[in-house]
This record gives sequence, structure tokens and C-alpha cells, in this order.
Amino acid sequence: MKGLSVSKAVTALMLAGLVLLPLYSHLSGNIFILTLFTRIVILALAAASLNLIMGFGGMMSFGHAAYLGIGGYAVGMLAQEGVGSGFIQFPVALAASALYALVIGALSLRTRGLYFIMITLAFAQMAYYVASGLARYGGDDGLTVYNRSDFSGLVNLSNRTQFYYLCLACLFGVIFLIWRIVNSRFGLVVQGLRSNEQRMQAIGFPAKRYQLACFVISGTMCGLAGALLANNTDFVSPAVMYWTRSGDLMVMVILGGMGTLFGPVIGAVVYLLLEEFLSQITEYWALIMGPLLLLIVLFGRGGIMGLLGRVGRG
Amino acid sequence: MLLVVEQFLNGLQFGLLLFLLAAGLTLVFGIMDLVNLAHGSLYMMGAYFAATFAAWTGSFLLGALLALGATLVLGIVLETSALRHLYGRDHLDHVLATFGLILFFNEAVRLIWGPAGLALPLPAWLTVPVPILPGIHYPAYRLAIIVVALLVALLLYLGVMRTRIGMLIRAGASNREMIGALGINIKLLYTLVFGLGAALAGLAGLMQAPILTVQIGMGENILILAFVIIVIGGIGSIRGAFLAAIFVGMIDTLGRAFLPNLLRQVLSGAAASTAAPALSSMLIYLLMAIVLVVRPEGLFPANRR
Repeated sequence: MKGLSVSKAVTALMLAGLVLLPLYSHLSGNIFILTLFTRIVILALAAASLNLIMGFGGMMSFGHAAYLGIGGYAVGMLAQEGVGSGFIQFPVALAASALYALVIGALSLRTRGLYFIMITLAFAQMAYYVASGLARYGGDDGLTVYNRSDFSGLVNLSNRTQFYYLCLACLFGVIFLIWRIVNSRFGLVVQGLRSNEQRMQAIGFPAKRYQLACFVISGTMCGLAGALLANNTDFVSPAVMYWTRSGDLMVMVILGGMGTLFGPVIGAVVYLLLEEFLSQITEYWALIMGPLLLLIVLFGRGGIMGLLGRVGRG
Repeated sequence: MLLVVEQFLNGLQFGLLLFLLAAGLTLVFGIMDLVNLAHGSLYMMGAYFAATFAAWTGSFLLGALLALGATLVLGIVLETSALRHLYGRDHLDHVLATFGLILFFNEAVRLIWGPAGLALPLPAWLTVPVPILPGIHYPAYRLAIIVVALLVALLLYLGVMRTRIGMLIRAGASNREMIGALGINIKLLYTLVFGLGAALAGLAGLMQAPILTVQIGMGENILILAFVIIVIGGIGSIRGAFLAAIFVGMIDTLGRAFLPNLLRQVLSGAAASTAAPALSSMLIYLLMAIVLVVRPEGLFPANRR
């Protein structure tokens, strides 16, 4: 059980670091690090939502970035139309993502394997082109969000520290929810479906309905990340939904460790920090990042979480 | 009438080009069970190689030939150094590893050729319009693409269906242990198939290069189209890839050409001109979604396993 304790220790250390980060930022006067980590926390939330269906449900969605865009555009469009209240913007963002996930999931779940990967990708690309065609909302150039969501004094999203903690709270909330889901009867059925769909169906579980429910929950969570992201960058554009962004999310999940609770968070932190770090050394950071990903796949089965487990076992 | 014929040929040409890309993708996936996102990078490399070699040698044909050889070699190097170790692994591992390769290739191209695009000028004899019907001319180069791609498709079909190597390839697709047990060097066979797929992608890239600018990331959009095609056609089926490629090429080209006018008849001018580009870009994805909803295995599923 020593292996378990190493990955647990690293996870605990990382979580403590995330909680204490604003303190460090204040003491050192390094504002940039807080901005960087706000982005990391938001994308970690998106990666965690993808992990719910990919890691636990075995549904490989290659179009998850669509929810980032839908959540973001919900905030951006409402702000443009003069609806600034976060109490309206956020529920609309969640509802829109859920609705999209419901329709896409119902259609996509008819297929499996590579076909499932591709059809989710196709629907995300459609959303990308729809957003590109929204002339009223910036089209290809994207939409600037001039005012962040207003929570009537409850939290001030323009205050860096408050916004950071809001994002962190959302991340922790989502991970707690995923933990509860995965260990519930519902979650066990979904995981059972990943292992053997025929057998589960034979016992009498309506497989597709369980998977669809899980798909919708995941999409809704990712929509939340999208709404936060729009507030963070004060901007949404179709590029948020482009397929390489879905690839980024997938990379974070696999890198950190698919099917583990905190793996996607570690994956997001490592991937985005690496990107930041390498881009400071050289303009050509992807030249190192690319082969690094390849090496991680070749030699690090189970991602960083799996690696930590093996280190612990010796 | 003239416009219709021209757009029809454009659609055919684009479809055939997509087929070259999709054929390599579906061969590699159907035979080695490898999801290769970096296939689009090979397409891009083909275009960059062609532009470079054509500039060095001063000859378009010689440049194209050298570029073809270069992508073949690049594919073989890639397979033996990295991708070979991924066979039998989870599809997600393939996605992650080859996503890494995309990053690498895009950046390597930026480092070697710089961020600005390249141009691959056509020789004079390929720029003349050729009369195809009384009163209708069509650019010689686009006709050449059609001819070359059709020829390659035919050779590929004959190669896979009628030769001994093709038989081994098909046998390897259905049972790799058995073909290995028969004393066939399966490793070498896989390397050759991957090299062939790379060369096909390179051919598509270098033929497209004079029409578009050669630029970083040019493989990414078209890679997704190629995936759409193999999914519509049925994974692992060359015949399916061929028909789906022509279909997708036609729909994409004709949609872009005629949808704006069609929409203008039902919508106001402003609404139509905003909706048309988005809608015509969406058409093929819409098509794929419909196909998958109706036939989840694609139109021509290969009879595997």
C-alpha cells in the first residue's frame, strides 16, 4: 500500500499548494502566477469533467471543448445583451451545456469505439462553425466580455483573489460530486457498463440511459468551466471549441491518469505549467512538449498517477 | 451550366485528394489498429518538401518526386522509431502520442521554414486551361490531380486485392498472430504499409500545395475531413473510403458554391451571407452525423473479425 501513499502525498501537496497560492502571490507580489493558476484551475475543472465519462464511463469524447464554448458564449452573449447578473448567466450556461449534451449524447451513444470519438468530434466542429457564423456576436473574431458576471456583492469576479477562490471552489465541488457519483449505485452501473455492456444489459440495466445521464452531467460540468473561462479571459471565440482544444483536454486527462479522481487536475497543472515553462526557455516549446508526450505514453502507462504508484511500490 | 460543370469537377478533384489521405489513414487503422492523428502532419510535410525541392531543383516534377520519396522515408522512420511501440495499446494512447507528434511537426516546420507560408509555383505547361466540353475549359493542373489520384486509387485497389503483398496485408488485418506464425515478417510488412500511407498523404499534400499556400497546421483541418471520410465509409474499407471521399468532396465543394444563392432565396440577404459560410462548413459534419445515426458502422463496413 506504499504506492498508494506516494500518489496521495503528491495529491495532498498539490491541493495545499493550490489553496495557498494567492498567499504566495500576495507575499511575493507575483500577480502573474495567480492569473496563470486561475486558468489552470478552470481547465482542470474541464479535464475532470471529461474524466468522468472517459475514465469512469469509457466514453471517449473528442468534442468536449464544445461545452467550454457553449458555457462561454452563454455568458458572453447575455453580457452583450445587457444581462450582467451571474445568477442568470451561470444557470443559462449550465442549462445550455446540458441541453447540448443531451442531444449530442443521445445521437452519439448509438456508436462506439473510434466511431464515438469521431461523432463527438463532428458535433463539436459543428458548434465551432455555428459560433464562427454568429456575426452579431463577433463571428470568427470572437466576442469581448466587457463586464464580468455580477453576483451582487457576494463575490467580486474582478478581484483576482476572489475569482481564483471561486474557481477553486468550483473545482473542488465538481471533484466532490464526481467522487459521490462514482461511488453511488448509478456510478457503479456506469463503470460496469464500461467493463461489459452486454452483461449489464442482460442483468436488466437500460445501458444507454445510464450512459446518457453520465454524459449530460459531464457536459454540464464542462459548461461551468466555460462560463468561468469567459470571465477569466474577458473574451470568447470559436477557437475555444476547435478540435485541438478538445485534444488538449484529453491530453491533460491521460497525462494525469485517467479514471483517478485527482489525475486530471495533476495532468492540467503539469501540462499547462510545462507549456508555460518551456515557452519561457524557447519560442519552440512544442518541439520539446511533443516528444515528451510520446515518451510519457511509451514509458508511463496510467499517466502520472500510475507512475507515482509504481515509484511507491519500488 | 459552365459553373455547374466546373464545380462538379472541383468537387471530384477535392474528393480524390481526400481519398489519398483517407486511404493511408484507413489502411493504417484497419491493418495495424493504430489511430494516427499525425497523418495530417505527413500531408503538411509532403507540401513543404515539394516546395523546397522544387525550388532547389527548379523542376516541379523532380521536386514532387523527391518529396514523395522524402515522406516515404519520414513515414518509415516514424514507424520504426516511435509508432511501432504503440501497436496493441489502447486507442487513447495512440491519440495522446500522435497528438504529441502534431505539436512536434508544427513546431519543427516553424523552426526550419519559418512562420510564413511557402508557395509552390506551377510550371507553365500545367497552368493552361484545357477544353473539356465545347466552350468549357478547365485548369490543366486540376485535371492532372484527378488523373493522378484516379491512377493511384486503381493501383492501390489492384495492389491490395490482386498481389501477394496485398493478400498478406489483408490477412494481417484479420489475424496478425496467424500471419506471423506463417513465417511472414509482420514487422517489416507493417513498416511498409505505414510508409505507403505516409507517401499517399505526402502525395495529397504536394498536389494540393500549388492550389493553397503551404503553411503550418494545414494538415489539421483536412485530417479531420479524412477521419470523417473513413468513418462514413466504414473503418478499414478502401472501397468505402473512396466512395465517401468523392461524396464528401462533392458535398463540401458544391455546398460552398451554391448554398449562398440557395439561402438567399429563402432568407434576407444579410442573414443568408452570414449563415451560408457556417452552414456549408457544417454540411459534411452534418452528413457524418446522419450517416452514423442511421448506420453506426459506416456505409460500407469492412468485414473484419
